[in-house]
Amino acid sequence: MISWRSTWSIYTRELMRFLRTAFQSVLAPVLTTSLYFIVFGAAIGGRMPDLGGVDYGAFIIPGLLMLTLLGETTSNSSFGIYMPRFTGTIYELLSAPVGVAETLLGFVGAAMTKSLILATIILVTARLFVDYSIAHPLLALVYIMLVAAAFSLFGFILGIWADNFEKLGIIPMLFLTPLTFLGGTFYSIKMLPKPWDTIALANPIVYLVSGLRWTFYGKADVDIGLSFAITLGFLAACIAVIAYIFRTGWRLRA
Amino acid sequence: MDPILELSGLSKVYPGGLKALDDVDLTIRKGEIFALLGPNGAGKTTLIGAVCGIVRPTSGTIRAFGHDMASDWRQARSRIGLVPQELATDMFEPVRRAVSYSRGLFGLAPDPARIEEILRSLSLWDKRDERIMALSGGMKRRVLIAKALAHEPDLLFLDEPTAGVDVELRKGMWAIIDEMRGRGVTIILTTHYIEEAEMMADRVGIINRGKLLMVDEKDAMMARLGRTEAHITLAKPLASLPPEIAHFPVELEAGGTSLCYRGGDGTGKGKAEVAALTKALIVSGIDYTGIDTRESSLEDIFVSLLGEGEGAA
Ligand SMILES: Nc1ncnc2c1ncn2[C@@H]1O[C@H](COP(=O)(O)OP(=O)(O)OP(=O)(O)O)[C@@H](O)[C@H]1O
Ligand SMILES: [Mg+2]
Repeated sequence: MISWRSTWSIYTRELMRFLRTAFQSVLAPVLTTSLYFIVFGAAIGGRMPDLGGVDYGAFIIPGLLMLTLLGETTSNSSFGIYMPRFTGTIYELLSAPVGVAETLLGFVGAAMTKSLILATIILVTARLFVDYSIAHPLLALVYIMLVAAAFSLFGFILGIWADNFEKLGIIPMLFLTPLTFLGGTFYSIKMLPKPWDTIALANPIVYLVSGLRWTFYGKADVDIGLSFAITLGFLAACIAVIAYIFRTGWRLRA
Repeated sequence: MDPILELSGLSKVYPGGLKALDDVDLTIRKGEIFALLGPNGAGKTTLIGAVCGIVRPTSGTIRAFGHDMASDWRQARSRIGLVPQELATDMFEPVRRAVSYSRGLFGLAPDPARIEEILRSLSLWDKRDERIMALSGGMKRRVLIAKALAHEPDLLFLDEPTAGVDVELRKGMWAIIDEMRGRGVTIILTTHYIEEAEMMADRVGIINRGKLLMVDEKDAMMARLGRTEAHITLAKPLASLPPEIAHFPVELEAGGTSLCYRGGDGTGKGKAEVAALTKALIVSGIDYTGIDTRESSLEDIFVSLLGEGEGAA
């Protein structure tokens, strides 16, 4: 039996932590989104070739959204579980009558909520710079939620795996950020010279960015079905890892 | 007496290979206060952690409220409270919110009146809207107690509740523990202050290097291992023990200038015997200039038990 009260307590407390730094949480994405638009949209955008009838400014919105979403969701979620381990406050969670379901719904639910708030802020800010419309708004929402869920779980795993601050930051820095930048956030991989356009397909982030772009403009680098499949696969893999962690108590219980 | 907690064959070997708990058997009765005594690194916190789900036991079973904690932990955990040894709490959170969170986390409906009652009983009500980091160390410890009490546990673990707490507060803490006992809460506490165990506990367990060396009623332990020690300074040195007092457990010390009595059993028998000894001395015409008597405390018992343990190891 899952305890909804326990779940709700964890969820609201995590959101409360987010609201403590609300000003920074809102200002940072507004500022970075604006900067990207000024640099990439206005300065470079004019020289970009045609991108299948989509204006370059509009073209980069899904990429930008994905960039922030992946980074913020992963770090929010990893810190959410790493900090209690680091400070020792995790004792309370471990001694409470809560299991994997309450913990995940609480922590990951909160991280997802934060991500949705962020996505909204970014989309609103982007609107100030370019005119755009979303071809499949419902699918876009579903896709954003899926990605947020997957990377909240991924962050959660990172936060449990890391036993120092360096490890906590290393995966996002060494893998996530570079792969995101190389993943077609600011360009279509079809623009890459051979053989890089094929090599790029080995980068899983390409499918995420492409998937979101498809929900926005109805066309993208890879098939939308493939994008969904890869996102769901990643989500399932994360769930499996977390189920294992909770079953064995790895890095959670001494 | 109903057992509320039963540990059997409980062992814990940490990944490094250190055996922090070694085949511990222990039964805690409903409503008692049990003090776990032992030096640093004895395994007290590990034992508590094993029951509370912080530490995974290597072997053995734990049953709380009749539930096996390995499989049926949900039911039991909701009735167990834990005050950890380390001051670990979200320092940015205000006091009342932190305590309310604990209640919710354990699956209970919000109850502001109950939270207020708990905060008042711990003299934290005035600080309810302060961030925890703005409190003193003793207050922080009381916040941890309030958090542990928020879900109204029937079994409470206090891991060194009075460490780093001043005399005044320590007395306050004892009063709180007493009050909880009054409400029927079973309490297991660890402490380095033996007088604390002597004063509060119904039963005492002594642990060292992961082994539970002895568990007994505090009074029985005192009676069994307690001693009276008396040193009688003689007016004139004696060369040998006079036959009149030879039936007492006495011996000469300090070159015959002093008589040492060691006997009794911690129930007052020793004091009476010392009185009889002094009378016998007067009757035999042996004069003395001073008497110094001392009842051994749990501390002495503790030290001597640990000494034996070292000897065996
Ligand atoms: N997480 C851990 N990993 C490895 N060894 C540990 C861990 N926690 C405790 N130990 C070791 O287990 C032994 C028992 O530790 P424990 O914390 O249970 O002692 P304690 O009786 O509570 O001591 P104290 O009075 O100092 O609090 C110690 O030798 C300690 O170093
Ligand atoms: Mg300890």
